[in-house]
Amino acid sequence: MHEVDMTKCLLLSLQEWKREHEPHTPCVSAVHLEVGDFTCVEPAALRFTFAAAVQGSWLDGSTLEIATVPLRARCLGCSAVYVPEPDQAYRSPCCERPMEEIISGRELRICSVDYSLSPQPSSPRSSGSTSLSSR
Amino acid sequence: MHMPLQDTLGLNLLAANQHQADHNRERFDAWQLLCLNLMSSPGAGKTSLLEATITALAPQLAMAVLEGDMTTQLDAERLEAVGVPVVPITTGRACHLDAAMVSGGLRQLQARLSPADLDLLWVENVGNLVCPAEFEVGEHLKVALLSVTEGEDKPLKYPVMFREADCVLITKVDLLPYLPVVVERFEEHIHAVNPAATVFQLSASSGEGLPAWYQWLLETSREHSQALNNPTIASGLPAPEPVAV
Repeated sequence: MHEVDMTKCLLLSLQEWKREHEPHTPCVSAVHLEVGDFTCVEPAALRFTFAAAVQGSWLDGSTLEIATVPLRARCLGCSAVYVPEPDQAYRSPCCERPMEEIISGRELRICSVDYSLSPQPSSPRSSGSTSLSSR
Repeated sequence: MHMPLQDTLGLNLLAANQHQADHNRERFDAWQLLCLNLMSSPGAGKTSLLEATITALAPQLAMAVLEGDMTTQLDAERLEAVGVPVVPITTGRACHLDAAMVSGGLRQLQARLSPADLDLLWVENVGNLVCPAEFEVGEHLKVALLSVTEGEDKPLKYPVMFREADCVLITKVDLLPYLPVVVERFEEHIHAVNPAATVFQLSASSGEGLPAWYQWLLETSREHSQALNNPTIASGLPAPEPVAV
């Protein structure tokens, strides 16, 4: 159940993001992730562990929205993009080459957070969007 | 009224682990040591391989082991017996090592020795072909083991592990005469998911294939320290002297 540890990593990143909004506490409605098919992550297990982990926390009531990204590779024989299949040993159907260049499917990304901020007279409500450091 | 907002994060899901892994790697580089993350299913022969390797290469490489195990210290005791410093990391219920656990292991190692005196640090991961592939611990290279008793199809069933590995060792080849498998199929399936992988066939108990593995380790360690000392010359090194094993 490594999704528990993945959820812990996710919560640490969200905690850091929350600090950027102090003194407000953002009310998060959804956290959007991208999870590639060629990873060890089972989206249902991740949703389950997230729901359990946020109970009673500042993220209570938020949902985890997971967009899955298919595995795609480029055949280095003819440059065609193909979907590698396990029962074809992941080979390219065009030139029967091994899976050399993966172009998608390894994503494990926290894309964005939907939230609202309660208006506070002392500090004006923020609007628009901010970007955190990306890697 | 609350205005709906959206922040773009664009962060790695495992960013928290990745930060710690990067920090671990910076420390390995400052100590000028090579760190290898050894991964496989339970029982593929990680500890036996380390026993043989450490015994053979101890005159040439100063080594230590961070030994991940779910509940026992049995493997750590086996490796201590071949005369190498071992820090057991008992993961409890966790099925993989993460960068924070390795960082904790490093603190214990530092209490016993100066890591800068080491050439090679082994991280023996928890036996598991799934999640250790996703949790970097700061290693420079990943080494995956696949024993011939596990079957030829495993690289296709656990492709992420074998894709992520820099080096794959097909182990227990001394058992091939007793098994309905073809060793070439293992190699074929490994290269189907990871054409760039360096692959060796070996047996830690019969000694078959070990010299080539030792040679690769010595070359990799040498190239690594030369690259650290002179970042502009990271390749094109002359071959080292053959190893007497």
